[in-house]
Amino acid sequence: MSDRETPVSRRTLLAGAAAALAGVTLAPGIRLIEVAQAAAEPGKAVSSKVRWGLLIDVGRCVEGCNECVLACNRENGLEGGTRPTDSQWIRIVELKDRRTGRKAQAPVMCQHCANPPCVDVCPTGASFKRADGIVLVDRHTCIGCRYCMMACPYKARSFVHEPLTQQKPDVPRGKGCVESCNLCVHKIDRGDGTTACAEACPTRAILFGDLNDPQSAISRRISEVRTTQLRADLGLDTGVRYTGL
Amino acid sequence: MMAATLPVDRSERRFWWLVAGGGLLLAIGLGAAWYMEHHGHIVTGMSNEVVWGTPHVFAIFLIVAASGVLNIASMASVFGQAHYKPWSRLSGVLSVAMLAGGLMVLMLDLGRPERMVVAATHYNPTSVFAWNVLLYSGMFAAVLVYLWMQLERRMNRYAKAAGVAVLIWRFVLTTGTGLIFAFLVARQAYASAVLPPLFIVMSLAWGMAVFVLARAAVGGETDADLLRRMRNLLGLLVALVLYFMAVYHLTNLYFAKQTAFERFILLDGGAYPWIFWIGYVLIGSIVPMVLVSRATATARTLRVAAALTIVGAFAALYVFIIGGQAFPLEIFPDYEVTSSFRDGAIAAYAPSVPEVLLGLGGVAAAFLISVVGMQVFDIVPARAVEAD
Repeated sequence: MSDRETPVSRRTLLAGAAAALAGVTLAPGIRLIEVAQAAAEPGKAVSSKVRWGLLIDVGRCVEGCNECVLACNRENGLEGGTRPTDSQWIRIVELKDRRTGRKAQAPVMCQHCANPPCVDVCPTGASFKRADGIVLVDRHTCIGCRYCMMACPYKARSFVHEPLTQQKPDVPRGKGCVESCNLCVHKIDRGDGTTACAEACPTRAILFGDLNDPQSAISRRISEVRTTQLRADLGLDTGVRYTGL
Repeated sequence: MMAATLPVDRSERRFWWLVAGGGLLLAIGLGAAWYMEHHGHIVTGMSNEVVWGTPHVFAIFLIVAASGVLNIASMASVFGQAHYKPWSRLSGVLSVAMLAGGLMVLMLDLGRPERMVVAATHYNPTSVFAWNVLLYSGMFAAVLVYLWMQLERRMNRYAKAAGVAVLIWRFVLTTGTGLIFAFLVARQAYASAVLPPLFIVMSLAWGMAVFVLARAAVGGETDADLLRRMRNLLGLLVALVLYFMAVYHLTNLYFAKQTAFERFILLDGGAYPWIFWIGYVLIGSIVPMVLVSRATATARTLRVAAALTIVGAFAALYVFIIGGQAFPLEIFPDYEVTSSFRDGAIAAYAPSVPEVLLGLGGVAAAFLISVVGMQVFDIVPARAVEAD
């Protein structure tokens, strides 16, 4: 080391470096907090005052039509394959009454239960229910154990069995994680006020709305006609209701 | 105990051969897991219908047997059965080894095994899986403490207390494993309160069978009295499993809504009824019971009975786990249903090579830990019986 006097003392240099380091590391964080606070404006936060749901009129669901399935695949970037290893967030189930032989068909997707078994069993809490009733999978904490698929009474969940490409920016998906209908949460959050399946249904057999708002179209309809929940015996209080079953 | 009483064999050579063999099988299993992780579960026989497959059969066998193999430790340290005393440490090491092997298979089968740490940092208190994370790690701790009390002469006086703790923990752990299935309200095969007791007796019987084989592999003669006790115990425990299995199916048969499922599993479900009746009931239960009940039964007969019990265990778990998922969920009870997602259809499943190799890798891990454990610690009274 040299004995020459340095223009800047070591102490000053260290203090300056520390200040610069703190600025570089903290500033983006502070900036992020500002951004986050801006996004959580009053009135925009997800609230439990709202409960999003669907009412499916089985009588209106037309034989041979699967526009809702195609729309869901388009909206969420699903490939549309039907192998046992392919993801299907919504499917048309063809029904034939065992006694009378009467035929019908109905779309089945995640029923967005108020008491979802998938959320109960998930070891990491990746399966969760948002305050507005939408049941979702956090792709960052899903470890791919598939216990939720064992627990779901509606076979609503799919496991991503292969690497994925060309995903939609709004709908992150990933190999090794479980996924299911998210009630087009990205559309709801940007204020579209509907889901891809409901939008696409040519006969308006799928009605989207707020089950907690007595004035909403879905609530008014539910108060007029007899509706059923799938596997009502389980007491899960589903957000998807059926009429005409 | 003399230093010469090396557990596996006096010859170092044999030990290294065993390590090499186990290591190779483990490496193949890890390779299979990497292959599954790299390509995704598409390379397995599992699907959106059968979401848990062959790896889970291996993992649950290993975990359940890991609890049961401690029968020996409990007999020795809790119930004061002197005949089992020399073998209690071996049972402890086998337990830790099988628990590790089973958990390894479960973790490597995850869709995102690299996120295992998430299971520790994000804990959902309502999940039975999450409870089991605690139960399994607690089991490790309890058995390791028990082994310490056994191996360290100064701590011997606490061995009984540790043994009692282990015994209680075993029951809670196998209850927890049974509850993984018992809480699945939606599935015909699983939502039953009989499952936790069934899993408890399964663990007792299957762990006993593993111990009989491990003890025989270690070598040395066993005194006739211990042999007789082990024979009686194995026979009794296999009978108990059969009894609880019968209760499980009979209660299901009583419920009208479950009869279609029972018909599938017991009568017309393709391979599953065969595996159940021939694999589990006949080969895995009745034959071992007959073998051990004969007055002329020898050490060799006991070994055969134990091996068949393990064959039966795999048959029972295969039918329970995979057959149980193959039967379709009943979402619309009054309707015949069809869909692109195979609603109402029996799911197809065939075990794939990587799955089987991963499962065998778990067995290899258990084997390796056991062999190394026996070599490093003075836990096996090899030739002890002769010396006495």
